[in-house]
Amino acid sequence: MPLHAPAILVLEDGRTFRGDSYGAEGETFGEAVFNTGMTGYQETLTDPSYHRQVVVMTSPHVGNTGVNDDDPESSRIWVAGYVVRDPARVPSSWRSVRTLDDDLRSQGVVGISGIDTRALTRHLRERGAMRVGISSTEADPAALLERVQASGEMAGAELASEVSTPSTYVVPAIGEKRFTVVALDLGIKTMTPHRMAERGIEVHVVPATATLDEITAIRPDGLFYSNGPGDPAATTHQVEVLQGALAEGLPYFGICFGNQLFGRALGFGTYKLKYGHRGINQPVMDRTTGKVEVTAHNHGFAVDAPLEGTTTTPYGQATVSHVCLNDDVVEGLELHNESGALTGFSVQYHPEAAAGPHDAAYLFDRFVTLMDEVEPRRLRSDGSDREPASEPTDASREQGAL
Amino acid sequence: MPKRTDLKSVLVIGSGPIVIGQACEFDYSGTQACRVLKEEGIRVILVNSNPATIMTDPEFADATYVEPITPEYVEMVIAKERPDALLPTLGGQTALNAAIALHENGVLEKYDVEMIGASFDAIHRGENRELFNAIVAKVGGESARSRVCHTLADCEAAVAELGYPAVVRPSFTMGGTGSGIAYSKGDLARIAGAGLAASPTTEVLIEESIIGWKEYELEVMRDKADNVVIVCSIENVDPMGVHTGDSITVAPAMTLTDREYQHLRDLAIGIIREVGVDTGGCNIQYAVNPADGRVIVIEMNPRVSRSSALASKATGFPIAKIAAKVAIGYTLDEITNDITKETPASFEPTLDYVVVKVPRFAFEKFPGADPVLTTHMKSVGEAMAIGRNFTEALQKALRSLESADAPFDWTQEWVDLDKDALLAEIAVPHDGRLKKVMDTLRAGATPQEVFDATKIDPWFVDQLLLINEVAVEMTAAPELTPQILRTAKRHGFSDAQIGKIRGMTPDVVRGVRHALGIRPVYKTVDTCAAEFAAQTPYHYSSYDEETEVAPRERAAVIILGSGPNRIGQGIEFDYSCVHASMALSEAGYETVMVNCNPETVSTDYDTSDRLYFEPLTLEDVLEIVHAESQAGPIAGVICQLGGQTPLGLAQGLAANGVTIVGTSPDAIDLAEDRGSFGRVLAEAGLVAPQHGTATSFVEAQKIAAEIGYPVLVRPSYVLGGRGMVIVYGDDTLRTYLDKYVAAGLISRDAPVLVDRFVDDAVEVDVDAIFDGEDLFLGGVMEHIEEAGIHSGDSSCALPPITLGAREVDRIREATEAIARGVGVRGLLNIQFALGSDILYVLEANPRASRTVPFVSKATATPLAKAAARVMLGESIADLRAAGLLPATGDGGALPPDQPIAVKEAVMPFNRFRTPDGQQVDTVLGPEMKSTGEVMGLDRDFGTAFSKSQAAAFGPLPTTGSVFVSMANRDKRSMIFPVKVLADMGFEILATQGTAEVLRRNGVPCSVVRKQHEGPGPKGEKTTVQLIHDGEIDLIVNTPYGAGTGGNVRLDGYEIRTAAVMANVPCITTVQGLGAAVQGIEAMRRGDIGVRSLQDWARLRSSQA
Repeated sequence: MPLHAPAILVLEDGRTFRGDSYGAEGETFGEAVFNTGMTGYQETLTDPSYHRQVVVMTSPHVGNTGVNDDDPESSRIWVAGYVVRDPARVPSSWRSVRTLDDDLRSQGVVGISGIDTRALTRHLRERGAMRVGISSTEADPAALLERVQASGEMAGAELASEVSTPSTYVVPAIGEKRFTVVALDLGIKTMTPHRMAERGIEVHVVPATATLDEITAIRPDGLFYSNGPGDPAATTHQVEVLQGALAEGLPYFGICFGNQLFGRALGFGTYKLKYGHRGINQPVMDRTTGKVEVTAHNHGFAVDAPLEGTTTTPYGQATVSHVCLNDDVVEGLELHNESGALTGFSVQYHPEAAAGPHDAAYLFDRFVTLMDEVEPRRLRSDGSDREPASEPTDASREQGAL
Repeated sequence: MPKRTDLKSVLVIGSGPIVIGQACEFDYSGTQACRVLKEEGIRVILVNSNPATIMTDPEFADATYVEPITPEYVEMVIAKERPDALLPTLGGQTALNAAIALHENGVLEKYDVEMIGASFDAIHRGENRELFNAIVAKVGGESARSRVCHTLADCEAAVAELGYPAVVRPSFTMGGTGSGIAYSKGDLARIAGAGLAASPTTEVLIEESIIGWKEYELEVMRDKADNVVIVCSIENVDPMGVHTGDSITVAPAMTLTDREYQHLRDLAIGIIREVGVDTGGCNIQYAVNPADGRVIVIEMNPRVSRSSALASKATGFPIAKIAAKVAIGYTLDEITNDITKETPASFEPTLDYVVVKVPRFAFEKFPGADPVLTTHMKSVGEAMAIGRNFTEALQKALRSLESADAPFDWTQEWVDLDKDALLAEIAVPHDGRLKKVMDTLRAGATPQEVFDATKIDPWFVDQLLLINEVAVEMTAAPELTPQILRTAKRHGFSDAQIGKIRGMTPDVVRGVRHALGIRPVYKTVDTCAAEFAAQTPYHYSSYDEETEVAPRERAAVIILGSGPNRIGQGIEFDYSCVHASMALSEAGYETVMVNCNPETVSTDYDTSDRLYFEPLTLEDVLEIVHAESQAGPIAGVICQLGGQTPLGLAQGLAANGVTIVGTSPDAIDLAEDRGSFGRVLAEAGLVAPQHGTATSFVEAQKIAAEIGYPVLVRPSYVLGGRGMVIVYGDDTLRTYLDKYVAAGLISRDAPVLVDRFVDDAVEVDVDAIFDGEDLFLGGVMEHIEEAGIHSGDSSCALPPITLGAREVDRIREATEAIARGVGVRGLLNIQFALGSDILYVLEANPRASRTVPFVSKATATPLAKAAARVMLGESIADLRAAGLLPATGDGGALPPDQPIAVKEAVMPFNRFRTPDGQQVDTVLGPEMKSTGEVMGLDRDFGTAFSKSQAAAFGPLPTTGSVFVSMANRDKRSMIFPVKVLADMGFEILATQGTAEVLRRNGVPCSVVRKQHEGPGPKGEKTTVQLIHDGEIDLIVNTPYGAGTGGNVRLDGYEIRTAAVMANVPCITTVQGLGAAVQGIEAMRRGDIGVRSLQDWARLRSSQA
């Protein structure tokens, strides 16, 4: 059996776990959070929302299916550190091209294995998400603890700019192009524009720093805000952009961070959950239909909006459309105009799944319907010919012609 | 959408006797369902012929009918009770088939009974191959290419197209009955022929082979609002080709990426919607090609299944309970998750542990049976284990099987590590294959070679390799360091395995381990991977850091369960354990259950205050006792209710300072030891049949000569009569001894026991409770077959039908003397034989017996509950005063109008074939072979007997033809009953010798050709042909030479096996014939009715 170097994990309250080094050797810090998914470690690792977080996998066996080049949700692994109990020694999948251990090493991701991940999870559940350090170079927990306590907090951190695309790129519609959507990349996952493209949407993924003018210049049919890391309360620019877009009546759809910023744009507060929702088994009720969907979650913050009733905002009437049945956390918002028509909506969870169930994929259809219905209204109001200002890429033109 | 208000009463159908493919998991699910429905204020009407079930305890339903689950009887119940709805999805295939029959014959419509859980149409779409395959295609899935066939010619045409090997699957059978893999034309004719016969619709499916593919199952739940959740994914370690019931399985799935898993999930949801199971659970099976990921949907069960029970225990999500709730109108979000008490049931459980299930087989019981595993289920039970990783869970599961051969062993010198031979051996799936795979790795095979031979997924092979590496490191290490010990425990090695490798006893390993502070911690099954706090203490051990056992105030009683079901130790023992838990909980104790059988009620987290899902070995139990002693006071451990398994642990526990309540371990040993027990008998003036012990043929022959043939011989220390035979002469005695001596199973410590066989005697079974002063005689059961057939296989009647008060008094006195002499505190079971007015004591077991549930149900007295309270110090007088036992009288002094209860055993013969495809023999003897039992209850013996036959095998005929062939010694006794049959109008067919005797006695009959004579010159059929062609309605065949240890095939083998194949009632004893005649007379009178246990009780109390 290959011997691993020893490693330690120290939480900011001093609790220490001793295990084996996993992935890259070295030292790392971040916010300790746990993920309860039993599948989809590749998607989790490459989800930009996990930027600066040390992810504890509650599922004991990780790495069993190796790593392939199809499943990543972005171009790199984002987690700050990785905690697993029993890493696979041999991957088994017809799609696997290398081992997870190799990937973690080559991308310099420091991890630890062989610890009581359930004890750690219970600790985080009882005491809340907190800072953590993992080290295979420091043997003294007290010394590591000092450095943990000196590391950055998640609350108040603005991180979207650190994960966002540096420049705009376009994901062409699959099949006939029906709409143009600007997706503000706050940490977007690959599957999200793909789910839109499948529905005939040409997606212009723009940097988190894009201005309203830059967005409207693309003359989109709808605006989308993605998921992403960090504290929504620390974000101001994107909230102002969204408020401007709402004022213009641009149909809006937001996921995760995009739900929190929608909430802030509508005047609601946000707050940090004790230990967040991270898993792919969360029951959410769509209150507009009464149906329950099993959904993928990855959020540490939530919107503070009244579960019942309607809130009047400068942009229309806001309601809570989705609720997590486990703990009544706001999982979705809807905005209606004075005539009762939907103008924007968002969900706190991940309808694009990856990883997770596909129950909420209908929300992309809802976005299409929204743009379908709003387009005539907007056409009446601005009378433009709706041609996008920036030309689609050649690839998308070919796709669109199919 | 809350509960439906239009449902006031619901009929629940149980699954009947325990058979292979349908075991006590349906008692677990049915009990949950009844409980839920009652809590909801619905009147629950239950039909189940199996008395050894918790669900048929009168408190679980408003009207409990222990009646046969046949359309005729269920119709009588419906006519009497007029339920609003029928819930058929919780009683296995038996309940589903009964419901389908009642729909098709118009009974449900006639009485306006709605089928809830799954409609007839949904069941039909789920089970009809063509409809189902169309649904799979519609939701974007793929089925194996296949052809539906109704004749053998169809089958041959299909294979011409699909090629060999081809899979044969009959429609509408349970546990894969009649299915198999055909590699040749001969195979096809045999398997498809049997399949066509087994299918109620004479339909089989011939399918392309996907043998060797990865195999998965998803458990799905849907409510009427179309909310769907996947409760659990299960992956089979044994790939496609082995029935999932016979496979080692793992939850959750280990080798799927999220994309592949979600694809299976999408298909499952699409299928359950299209099939239209709109209020309940179902199970969907898939095959995945390991080379390219192509997915094939194999089948669905539109009902709660064996896998549902496993999934419930594996996740903590109570599928049957929730299925019952959604069936009466609740939506999943309206149901609370019992474990967290704060989150709803509309979620998908997530696991932070690994669950491994391993099957338990009983091939040793059926000599000649082919042990190769196929798509036709052969296992009789299973054990489940939970660990924090696969290696830990797997090794725990293997030792949970309680078979010395099951756990991996690195020290068996006789194992020939010949790589090529082993690779060839593991290529064919069989009982114990995984251990051979380990041996193959030890022999130096590469994981690739193992995969090529077995198609077991490389990840699992690597896990085995990992276990082997740990063992190799431990073997090579100069000393057993704490690090090595920790690593070994982390991968599930038992102290016994470590001890073997290091040349230490398990006790020494345990001592070292404790000195080093290496002990397991106990984690919790909580459905949510610790995301929410669990309110339900459902624990499993792991060598990890943090324990979750909560402190408690009240004194705890730890009840040891019975482990995996096996022949001789099944649901009956679980029944007693569950009752003890209930009774002790009522008495104010905190109850702690330990068991590893996922099919049972005892391992429901609701049954006891705490549940430890753990192997029943000394090591594992001692650690639990230690953990619980840290948590609070312990009143003691109960070992006498779970059968031989916990009884075997009693001495070891006591030696380690554990308090055993009830009969002391020394007293248990006394009853097992012939010498000491003989002294107890002598003091009481009782006699046992003459006996001796032998270690060689010469010694045995000497004893036999002294006491005279026939003799009963058996090895020491056996359960269920294993290896026990009746020997009529020296030759067979020599064969027997030679076989056991050669196998190395005979020694001075474990000699062969040679007893005089009491011929022509009535065998009597007694269950009693003794508190040190008083005896409570629970029941006296008279066997219908004479002595010589294992009591577990014998049918019996309670109250005894031919014993008078004088005999019962003698039995009572003898029972009390033995109980006092042995020192029993609690239950005691004694077998007596009454021959020539001498009462012989055959055997005494100071523990709960297999018959406790039957006696309890027949006499409406909760024996196991009372016994548990006696074990904790209450007296029989206390319990009479408390109302747990009747104020006066007991089971030996029943009122004259007590109904007669008849127990009949159910045999698994139709499950086993020899390697060349022949049926195994069905003759009964002193070795137990039955898997389950039914009860017939009615006013008189004939009616009760006919009900027991209908419940166990199908109704006795009331007209038609009877074939009679008797051994010479039986010919005199059969004349009268056969004459009665003839007088009732039956046509009598007989073999030459039997016919002569009958004719001389004025019974008209025709002679039929024997099988070896072949068809006659004018094409006259042989007996076997007549049976096959359905021209015989009842067979009476008493075998000559049965149980002689010789060749039982000499006589009647073809007849009896043909009877099993054609499902014709076959009576093999004179006494059975007498009972059948009474039963047939009762049926012909046409006055058979149904009556619930509650009505019987009312009747009794109104007359008292």
